Amino acid sequence: MQRRAHPALIAFAVLTFLFLIGPLVIIVGAALSDTSYLTFPPQGLTLHWFQNVFEISAFKRTMITSFQLAVGGTALSMAIGIPAAYAMARYRIELPRFLGNVFVLPILVPEIVLGFSLMKSVAVGSGVPIMGALLLGHALLVLPYCVRVVGASLNSFDFSIEEAAVSLGCPRWKAFFTVVLPNVKPGIIAGFILAFITSLNDVSISIFLTGPGVSTLPIQLLAHMEQFFDPTIASVSVLLMFVTVAVMAIVERTLGLTFLTK
Amino acid sequence: MTVSLDLSDVTAHYGNTKVLEDLSLHVAEGELVSLLGASGCGKTTTLRLVAGFLEPTSGRIKLGETDLTRLPAHSRDIGLVFQTYALFPHLSVRDNVAFGLKQRGEGRAARQRKADEMIERVGLAGFADRFQANLSGGQRQRVALARALVIEPRLLMFDEPLSNLDAKLRVDMRVEIRRLQQINGTTALYVTHDQEEAFSISDRVAIMNAGRIMQLDTPEVLYSRPANLFVADFVGFENVIPMRAVAEAGDAVRAEIEGGGMIDLPKQHYTVPAQEFVLASRPEGLLVDTADRTDGLPAKLGLRTYLGRAYQYQCDTTAGPVKANGPLGTPREEGEIVTLIPQPEQCCLLPREAK
Repeated sequence: MQRRAHPALIAFAVLTFLFLIGPLVIIVGAALSDTSYLTFPPQGLTLHWFQNVFEISAFKRTMITSFQLAVGGTALSMAIGIPAAYAMARYRIELPRFLGNVFVLPILVPEIVLGFSLMKSVAVGSGVPIMGALLLGHALLVLPYCVRVVGASLNSFDFSIEEAAVSLGCPRWKAFFTVVLPNVKPGIIAGFILAFITSLNDVSISIFLTGPGVSTLPIQLLAHMEQFFDPTIASVSVLLMFVTVAVMAIVERTLGLTFLTK
Repeated sequence: MTVSLDLSDVTAHYGNTKVLEDLSLHVAEGELVSLLGASGCGKTTTLRLVAGFLEPTSGRIKLGETDLTRLPAHSRDIGLVFQTYALFPHLSVRDNVAFGLKQRGEGRAARQRKADEMIERVGLAGFADRFQANLSGGQRQRVALARALVIEPRLLMFDEPLSNLDAKLRVDMRVEIRRLQQINGTTALYVTHDQEEAFSISDRVAIMNAGRIMQLDTPEVLYSRPANLFVADFVGFENVIPMRAVAEAGDAVRAEIEGGGMIDLPKQHYTVPAQEFVLASRPEGLLVDTADRTDGLPAKLGLRTYLGRAYQYQCDTTAGPVKANGPLGTPREEGEIVTLIPQPEQCCLLPREAK
């Protein structure tokens, strides 16, 4: 016997789905509209606005900056985050318990507060160049993802394996690279991707740290919108969305999305 | 070249907790010694100290002429087999086994050849290209064994290597471990909580409790001549009957049983260790007989259970409850008054200890 879902339940599920997917449909539609202002449903179809994105040099420039930041910030964050996650997993008993929560703080503190305090302390306070401040800010922003996701992998790692390598004549530092890292690689890749996307889409930290001549794509998007209310904005959004979806698709294909929700 | 392992006066702490106290242990060349005890007795701590994963607070550890005490773990030349197998999941069986050879700078061809030989020797020919995920528990432990043996270490150590295997496999694997250990005559230290396992394959066994070795001897001596009450209880001397020597009675010592009653202990079988002592026995060490004998303990029979080779009785004596066995031919009833005759080969006299 098959149980049938209550019609109201189905209706509720459909509404939720529409609520989630609706804005995405609207933005794609708006990006294709053959008008000089944002509108939905699209009137006429054109790819002109996508072309426009690559013709406006500010978009091109900030897009490169955004990718540089996402790669650099995540790499920097991993360089700090992996050893931290390792220490917390390896010496779980010896280390104070609150330490794990410290690494989630950048998520818990409202990003706008984080951005503001970074501007005060790093960008203005110590005269670090804009790109450097942005790099630090983004590294801090994505650190929780790196520590948490890599940490989840390390927590299920049997450290006897590392000891086995040491007993077979492998120095500890070398055992970390030859035995530990290869076995938490899925966690590192997943953490990297999650952090990459977070950095790429960030507004609230970047808005405080960008300055003359240096901006990121989402910030440029805001600036553009204040002057021109044309479908270029929608096109940039669609492009960002596609990058995100593509990256997620790679994760799903290689590791499975369930990995991120662990 | 076989060497001996020597621990002298080793003390170790976890934080402020003392887990080993002045432990000394000598494992002779080519000998297999087991550390046996309940969890928390310090046996794994001892192994980890020798492996170099922990540092002792004081004392020395020597392997042959090499002082291991402050030597980094990776320079100790010890083959280690873990309870969780600890295979490298990202490497094939062959690369797992060859790992130690690679660390020793052996060429690719040589280490592949040696690895394949060892894989064959542990009975895994044809499995060299598999990964851990495609091996059973027993096969994994064989790989772990091969990996530890192939580097021809000066010392082999086993940390509960069979605990994750099922009962039948455990028996096969321990024979295998003993066989492989004896091929090269490698000195070995074996940690387990399983008495049968330790006794069956060890040259000598150290029974441990609360960070000390209670007795270190051959399984045969431990089994029949425990040196103290802890070891006696550990090897199954369940009955502990306190008594006190009072007189000589010909070629026997007459003793007064606590709570009343006398017993004559023949000198040819028993040496009384002190005036106040206990008689410890296994259930089969007390044989139920008729009430008219003077060389036994008076007792009243309680519940009878059938063991296949004998009956076992819960008995009440003046010194408290004990378990005794009786022959199958003559089942006795609850409430009968009998004498329990100690069987010298299943009993021993030990000094009393402050509880």
